[in-house]
Order: sequence, then C-alpha cells, then structure tokens
Amino acid sequence: MSRVERGRTKGSGDTAGSPEAGPNSGRASVAWPLLASELSVLFRRVRTWAMLAALAAVPVLIAVAVKLSSRPTAPGRGPLFLDRISQNGLFVAVTALVVCVPLFLPLTVGVVAGDTLAGEASIGTLRYLLLAPTGRTRLLLVKYAGAVAFCCAATATVAAAGALAGVVFFPVGPVTLLSGETVSVGEAAVRSLLIAAYATVSLIGLSAIGLLISTMTDVPVGAMAATIVLAVVSQVLDTLPQMDWLHPWLFSHHWVGFADLLRQPISWASFGDNLLLQGGYIAVCGALAYANFSNKDVLS
Amino acid sequence: MSGTWRDRSQQSGQSPHQDSVDLPDRWAIETQGLTKRFGGRIAVNGIDLAVPAGSVFGFLGPNGSGKTTTIRLLLGLASANSGDVRVLGKKMPAALASVLSDVGALVEGPGFYPFLTGADNLRRLDSADPLAPSETRKQRIHEALDQVGLSHAAKKKVRAYSLGMKQRLGLANALLRPRRLLVLDEPTNGLDPQGTREVRGLIRSLAAGGTTVFVSSHLLAEVEQMCTHVGVMSVGRLVAQGPLEELRSAGQSGVRVLTPDVDRAKNVLTRLGLVPQPWDGPSLAADAVLATGLDGREPETVVAALVADGVRVRGFSVESASLEDRFLSLTGEGFDVAG
Repeated sequence: MSRVERGRTKGSGDTAGSPEAGPNSGRASVAWPLLASELSVLFRRVRTWAMLAALAAVPVLIAVAVKLSSRPTAPGRGPLFLDRISQNGLFVAVTALVVCVPLFLPLTVGVVAGDTLAGEASIGTLRYLLLAPTGRTRLLLVKYAGAVAFCCAATATVAAAGALAGVVFFPVGPVTLLSGETVSVGEAAVRSLLIAAYATVSLIGLSAIGLLISTMTDVPVGAMAATIVLAVVSQVLDTLPQMDWLHPWLFSHHWVGFADLLRQPISWASFGDNLLLQGGYIAVCGALAYANFSNKDVLS
Repeated sequence: MSGTWRDRSQQSGQSPHQDSVDLPDRWAIETQGLTKRFGGRIAVNGIDLAVPAGSVFGFLGPNGSGKTTTIRLLLGLASANSGDVRVLGKKMPAALASVLSDVGALVEGPGFYPFLTGADNLRRLDSADPLAPSETRKQRIHEALDQVGLSHAAKKKVRAYSLGMKQRLGLANALLRPRRLLVLDEPTNGLDPQGTREVRGLIRSLAAGGTTVFVSSHLLAEVEQMCTHVGVMSVGRLVAQGPLEELRSAGQSGVRVLTPDVDRAKNVLTRLGLVPQPWDGPSLAADAVLATGLDGREPETVVAALVADGVRVRGFSVESASLEDRFLSLTGEGFDVAG
C-alpha cells in the first residue's frame, strides 16, 4: 500500500469515529431512487403487462357479451349492475370491478405481492440488493410500495378498460344511482373512480399478507399460491353463517361493499370500515414481515 | 501464526509499537470466535480470521467447509450465533450501512434479473445503494462493464448471457464504485481460460491500487498465482492462515534426482535421512528419484554425497512442497463432502 493510499484509508478511518458517515447521512434514508427502480423493474416485466391485459379483457368481454346477447338481462341475474349496462355504458366499469374483486384482482395482486421478496431471493438478487447496501427496512417498504402501486394499476386498468368499452359499445348518459337520484356523466365517472379506489384499498391488506408470506420463503410460486389461497379462504369463511363472529375480522369482509358509493349523498361508512380493516392488516402483517425479515439469514 | 504476518504498515516506516493500538486500517477483516450453527450442525466453528489491509487473501477450503457461510456472516447477510466481526475497522453488522458501500462483493455466484439488460441490472443494484451518486451512475456502469469486457453485451438481456458473462457482470457490480474491500466468492467460476486470466490481472491491479481482496476459491493454482495471504478452512474451522510463502514453506521440501542408478541413489538419500517416495505420477520418468525431508540440509551436500557414491547425476532439483500438498495435509484427502 502506498503512502498516499494509506493516507486515504486512514482518513476515512478517522471519519468513522464521528457520528455515522457525515456528509451522506442526510441521504441515507432516501428511498426514492430505489422506489423508482422498483417500479421500473415491475412495469418492465412482461408478466406485469400480461396480467394487466388479462384484467383489461374482463370489462371488454362483459361489454361484448351483453352487446351480442339478444335478450335483455333480467334484473337480479348475473353480477351486480349487469342489467344496466345496455342502457348506460358507464356501468361496464362498475360491473367489471364487481366481477374482478373476488378472484381476478386478488389473483394478480397475489402474484405480485408473493413475488416481492421470494422472487428476488429465487433469482439471487436479494443478497445483492442487501449488499448494495439496501437497508432491510427500506427494501421491505419499497417492495410493499411496489405492490401497492400494482394494486392501483390493476384497478385503474379495469376501470379504464371498462369506461372505454362502455363508451364504444353502449350509449352513455346521466346515471341513476341506487338511491334514485340521477347524476351527470362527469359525476358518474368520479363515482367509478371512487369504486376503483375502494377496490384498491381492499387489495392493500392482501398485499401486506403477500409481503409477509414472501419473507418466509425463497420459492415465489409458493408465496403467490399461499396469498391467493388465503384470499379465497377468507371469502369462503365470510359466507359461512357459523363463522359470523369472525366475519368482521376477515380482510375480504368489505371487498364488495362499494354500493354505498353509488348513493346520494355518498355514504362513507363502508369505505372507512374497509380502510380501517385493511390498515389493521397492514400494521399486523407489516410488523410480522419486519420481525421476520430484519433478522433473517439470507441464504439464497 | 498471526504474529508473523508481513506487516505492511511497518514496511512503510510506521512504528512497530503501534501494533498494540487498535488501528482501524490494519485489518480489513477481523473475526473473533465467529460461530454459526444451522440447527444442530455447526457450519462455522469459532474462527479467528485476520485479513491484513492491502492483501490479496485467498480463502481456501473444500466444498462444504464453510467458506460461503463465513462470507455471509462477514457481510451481514446472516447473523452469527456468537463471535465478533469487524470489517474495515467497524463492527458488523452494526455498521453495515456505512461499511457495505465500501465493499464490493460477489457471493455464491451472480444473481440478476433475466428480463433486464446487463446495464439495467447494474443500474438497479447501484440505485439500491443510497450513497451511490446518481450523477455519475451512467459513467460508472459504463466503466465497470468495460473493465470486465462486457461493453458489447451491455444492452443484451441477461437471459441471453452465458454463465461466464453473468460472472463477469457480477464482477462489474462489485466494481461499480471505488471499493476498499472486495469479497469475491469463486470469482473465476464458469470463466474460460482467457476470462480467468483477465480476472487474475484485474485482481492484481486492484490490489496494486490499495484495495484489499478477499477471494474464496478451491482452485489452488489460482490462489498460488495471485494471493499474498491464505486462510484454509476445513469442516467449519480455520486450520491455517498466514502469508502464502509461510504456509507453503511449512510443508516439506524435497529433491528430485535424475539418474540411471536409481537404486543406488535411493540408498544414498535414505542414508542422508531423506525419504524416497514411491511415485507413479506421469511426471516421474523411470530414471528419476523423488525424496522428501530435505529439512534444511544444504542441497549441494546431497549432490556431493550422491556423486561420491558413484551415482551418475544427470539432473538435480529442489522441490518445494506445493500448496496442494499443504492444503491436502490440512484438510484431509477424503473426497466426501463434509456434512
């Protein structure tokens, strides 16, 4: 080692004594570049786009099926609002969300949330992210943020494809709400967005569950499957009257409760309940995921 | 053995009394009683590793001897059951966030996103480091790729990379920033002879620039060619460490005699206290004798004794023990992987 070199290493040794790496300490907590990178990796995967395309296909299929069907849909048959589509295209998006919330959306969110850490572990990038060094807490937060971003993209995709299909195939006009009032097209579009937001909130608890499961394994497919199975189990339990004591605690309990958003004035009660419930799941699963991941031996 | 380290700080004129002071930059890596258990199995058993700053340290050991687990412990990927780790003078894993920025690592093979290009993979990992300046990112990625000879494949998806190319990309990741310590786990795995040679050259030039290189390998010839210091692991224990020359000289040296009078030569050598080896290797022709146990005797006295007894000496050479002999004597000959 040359003298110059020794001077350098000694110098950095001296700064080690001062409170953690002086000039950079302010940037140490910055997660934005990593978040940007996370989103870019997520949305550059073919898989992500394939799932969004599949979700976009749902409202289009519904619209085409209703359009091609000769007889009008009897009220009360098929998914909620299906009978209204042929009179007003704005209901395509709402109907598609009703159809997607129980299975298709949890399926795609389960894939993304289950993949968060287990996917990185399985291809060996987890150790390099940690060695970069990404702090474990930061990585966990960024991974969760990525999953939530996908939830937003997924519901937005259904709503947007639904709106587009509705405009293309059916007449669009003022919408009669469940409470009887009629609102303008613009107001109805806002209601559609609110329902999409409601569905997004419904999925963020599931994302936290997926993240937790993802910290437990190096096999992404296992974490995805487990997350999706839990989403189904939760909904099945919610239908069993024998388990009614459990119902308020099931993360899927409020999933389809967005009819209140189609009343005048809007009843925010179920939105708030849903938010509170999902927040609870985020807190519990997030804490467990942190406890599990922060001290985990990364051996992948 | 640590008392006989070639001490670089003393060579450059520093007072030897400073040995007692805990210099942060004397050891790049230092462990005390480092132990890791997986269930009931002890993977790393109380090792006291001391890697001098500025050295190229070869970390040797058979498969399953605990090399990679040790590296995981050093870098905070796994937590030790007991023992202390200091990397670049700071305690790990407490100082992990500030230490790892100065450490470039390749651990248990490269790991990359197959659906991203080589350059995008490096961008991803670099943006994961909060201390990496984003202004110079593009330039640094370009230089790192250039250093490992991957410039032409920078825009190719990693899916299309060969194992050797992935290994090079892994090295490029370790070199993204100027590092004070490089931890390279089997860096030449999967590389062709040209690549192996380039990596050796790269490690030498980095070491010449003052970077400490900690390189694990089971390729002894490679370690002999590029390392200044060596540590040998066997079944979770560090069975030897020190300067390469010291480790090698601890083995037995011997002589090789080329002569048509094989039997007479063997008698003379035995009388002198050497041990003629039964050897059937291809390197030994019918008219050669190999004997170990020179033990500090002057080689010329051996030649003189041979000639005095009428042995027709056609060739004579002193054979120092190879690192391989030493390695095998330390870790055992068995082929079975230690459980």
